[in-house]
Amino acid sequence: MKLKQLSVFLENKPGRLRELCALLADNGINMITISLADTEQFGILRLIVSDCEAAKSLLEEKGFVAKITEVIAVEVSDEPGGLRDVLQVEEAAEISVEYMYAFTIKSGENAVLLFRFDDMDKAVTALQSAGFKVLDRVALFPNTEN
Amino acid sequence: MHTQWNDRESLIHPASAPDYLREEQLRKLQLQRLRAMTRHAYENQTLFRERMEATGVTPDDVQTLDDIRKLPFTQKTDLRDTYPYGLFAVPMSEVVRLHASSGTTGKPIVVAYTTEDIEVWKEVMIRAFACAGLHSGDIVQNAYGYGLFTGGLGAHYGAEALNATVIPISGGNSERQIMVMRDFGTTAICATPSYFLHLIEYAEKMGIEWPDLPLRAGIFGAEPWTDEMREYIEGKTGIKAFDIYGLSEIIGPGVGMACSEQSGLHIFEDHFMIEIVDPVTDEPMPDGEEGELIITTLSKKAMPVMRYRTHDITSIIPEKCECGRTIRRINRIARRSDDMFIIRGVNVFPSQVEAALLNVEETLPHYQIVLSRSGGMDQMEVQVEVTAETFTDTVRGVEAVHKQLSDAIAHILGIRVKLTLVEPNMIERSMGKAKRVIDNR
Repeated sequence: MKLKQLSVFLENKPGRLRELCALLADNGINMITISLADTEQFGILRLIVSDCEAAKSLLEEKGFVAKITEVIAVEVSDEPGGLRDVLQVEEAAEISVEYMYAFTIKSGENAVLLFRFDDMDKAVTALQSAGFKVLDRVALFPNTEN
Repeated sequence: MHTQWNDRESLIHPASAPDYLREEQLRKLQLQRLRAMTRHAYENQTLFRERMEATGVTPDDVQTLDDIRKLPFTQKTDLRDTYPYGLFAVPMSEVVRLHASSGTTGKPIVVAYTTEDIEVWKEVMIRAFACAGLHSGDIVQNAYGYGLFTGGLGAHYGAEALNATVIPISGGNSERQIMVMRDFGTTAICATPSYFLHLIEYAEKMGIEWPDLPLRAGIFGAEPWTDEMREYIEGKTGIKAFDIYGLSEIIGPGVGMACSEQSGLHIFEDHFMIEIVDPVTDEPMPDGEEGELIITTLSKKAMPVMRYRTHDITSIIPEKCECGRTIRRINRIARRSDDMFIIRGVNVFPSQVEAALLNVEETLPHYQIVLSRSGGMDQMEVQVEVTAETFTDTVRGVEAVHKQLSDAIAHILGIRVKLTLVEPNMIERSMGKAKRVIDNR
């Protein structure tokens, strides 16, 4: 029920993000969504890609530090209050959000919220028992094998 | 882990006998050799004779070991100013080998060996390897550079004379180094500590597990390193890391060596006489106190070096060593008086920064110090590579690592300097001596 995410350390210097994107593009790896947390000195890039393991080896070969972490993908309808409802469930279960980002599958239909919680297993249980749809890899990548 | 460790510890290699001389025998031998060497240098080395004449001292004035203080110092610049052959004390027909320093800070320094000198060098290298528990049957991968640098051939002939098997691989080509280590069953490796760190990274990339390799000892030298670095290497690989000390000007590697106690370096005192002096006043320092190491060669024919100022900062360890050797020890050399730089009025040694970084758990010591000047103020930046271990995927996590490192440096230096986390491999890897400080001032 958890989804693999790739986290990459980036130095704040021109061209570095482009190099990373080019590397993935040249190797046919598709990004489903991407988020960049930035500070004055460095950035942390978080990606959901079509092939996480392959992307990690490619990046490491080129000298990036990359790490595979887990996130939870929750599907909500793309309308006001979608995120609020999820957060209410987590708050009630006393779980905090470490970070999150989101994307919509088709505008006006469904949105996918990606969360990193301090207690991932508890979060999945809480969300599912509240009736939320927690997406797995197959739901997000209907066209891929693994 | 490695059960064969020091399995023949009770056997003393015959070449190591002088390591166990009684104190008075050793001092007697030293005095005899010091007097002969002073005379040899006086008669055959113009620079030395001129300096002696200027102070009115003659070889006959050396009656006790303390009389060495009457002799003039030799500086690195003396070797440079007399480039290439000015300090040779035998005719070229007796010189069988030349080596030279890298010359990174100017003209190289050329050093010479007679057949007898080469024999002495071999002997001290056997004794050095024996300190590390090596013996016939060991397979020694020699990753010191071969050529003019003394490390390669010095270790090579020493290991051969010990009757070990030598793999003369030289430095560089890390993938091949790891492959050879695995396929040839290397049990000991000679390298600079910074190059071995590089090999550790490589092995990890290649998916090599250290406990699967028969490697059990590393003989690391040719650059200053720290105890923290030793612990790091040993923790990562499970081998024992031994510090070897030497310098081209004196003979090459084999001036001193750490033993199984791994506490300081035994100096092969029957060939090299040591003094510790205050680097500013030149006054002798008592045992246990830090100062500049001064070395006098006691048996070198081709190019005697009297009272050489090494610029290495260390102290003599007064206590007897548990290993039983009677030759004295000096503390690990982690600082050089000429490596020191001053930033905002504070004296800083690169080794202090290294120690701070290594004190923070799981930090790979790939770092670089960049000095610059802005607005009339000296600035110091420490760049440290982020590793898979230190990288957590939250900003909070990375900032916590940053703070830990930054605090550790501030704690050791007493000043706060800029710390930058950089991506892996941003800092240039060296195949020989690491360049830790880039001074753009």
